[in-house]
Amino acid sequence: MAEIDAAISVKGVCKDFDGFEVLRDIDLDIAPGTTTCILGPSGSGKSTLLRCLNWLEEPSKGSVFIHGKPIGRIGTAATARPMARRELATARTSIAMVFQHFALWPHLTVLGNVVEAPVHVLRRPRREAEAEGRAILSRVGLAEKADAYPHTLSGGQKQRVAISRALAMRPKVILFDEPTSALDPEMVGEVLSVIHELAKEGLTMVIVTHEMRFARDVADTIVFMEGGCIREVAPPQAFFTDPQSERAKRFLTRH
Amino acid sequence: MSGLLAVWQSRDVFLWGAANTLLLVLGCLLLSIPLGILLAILLTESPGPLRRSLAELVDLLRCVPFLLLAYLVYYGLPELGLRLDPWWAGLASLTLYTTAYLAEIFRAAFLAVARDSIEAAHAFGLSRGLLYRRIILPQVAITAAPLIGNQVITTIRDSALLMIITVQELTFAANFVSANTFTPFAPFAAAVGLYLLMSFVIEAGVRRMERVRKVRFG
Repeated sequence: MAEIDAAISVKGVCKDFDGFEVLRDIDLDIAPGTTTCILGPSGSGKSTLLRCLNWLEEPSKGSVFIHGKPIGRIGTAATARPMARRELATARTSIAMVFQHFALWPHLTVLGNVVEAPVHVLRRPRREAEAEGRAILSRVGLAEKADAYPHTLSGGQKQRVAISRALAMRPKVILFDEPTSALDPEMVGEVLSVIHELAKEGLTMVIVTHEMRFARDVADTIVFMEGGCIREVAPPQAFFTDPQSERAKRFLTRH
Repeated sequence: MSGLLAVWQSRDVFLWGAANTLLLVLGCLLLSIPLGILLAILLTESPGPLRRSLAELVDLLRCVPFLLLAYLVYYGLPELGLRLDPWWAGLASLTLYTTAYLAEIFRAAFLAVARDSIEAAHAFGLSRGLLYRRIILPQVAITAAPLIGNQVITTIRDSALLMIITVQELTFAANFVSANTFTPFAPFAAAVGLYLLMSFVIEAGVRRMERVRKVRFG
């Protein structure tokens, strides 16, 4: 049973938007403690696949398992039923997410953003959560911004807050949806180096990115997507020096 | 000068009137804010037919002159078997009217809540209740506060019309004093002064909320 060993197991996931197929029959296993970068041209379905992993997008077909537990739908094929809202919310607490446009909660302070879900969803004591939150913020270099509101921060700072908010959940898995695409070039580095640090700590991370150098440095596995399909799964060394598919070769010459 | 004296001598009438106005407005807000929020949620989330008929109803209510609405509730409803005494008829019409306006204000504020902050709440496992209580409603409150303040001032002004259906509020009190002492100017001027005072308090609250919004949303 591969899906029990895998941190994330995707089985036969399809997704169409009004008849337009965005994902076609995706199978993927991601080993725990590894960093996986999903690469591919725009519109290849990378972000949609990532968003299916925590059921922000509901696949039209197929199933997703997080450490062997199904998310979104329970049971297989004929007997499958959608999870109740509450079950889904609980399942999502083990998968944190970092969004392209940060998606911070604008009415809460930086620390407020970080402790919101731990306090209200995981029901950790506020003092404890705040102490841990401050520790995480100082790790990403934002200790002195704890009481600031998000609109006063730069893009790079906002994204580091978003990463802190994800870490505060003590998740099994963190999903990154193009975490540097909305940043000014000079801020990309500060965010990537934080992610790089996390990769050394044995978190399971799945990162959709256009940063090739970064993917090469940080990833244990590269997943290359094109046209709604996974075309290649390989270690970065192999992928970047000797891509197997024609499409990957063309993609790499353009980047 | 006799006018001022008349006002001073009937100060308890004015205070009673002002207290009644405040009570009506407060009661109205206590009812119409939650109702307005509920209606705004229904206006954004309920299925087509229900949403459309609610939207029509809100539009209709906002088009009716307030005085006519009060007439309908006080003089019209008894014909249908519901007889309210003036105060309750006043509260009911004021609440109905204010709820319609607040629903529109809240609906706009709901739409202004960033989609991605809702999506993030889903991703972090917030339940529906938490989503509203912790993420959506606080943002709605901050965005809508100045408009709500304006609406409260309008409601205070509208409540003056309730004297026509014999609610003993501030304008009724001024009218009463004026008629009994044959001095029109001072009693009405005193009432205007009290209305202004109430509005100033609301304005101060609005300015405070504007500052909160500046600090948080920039």
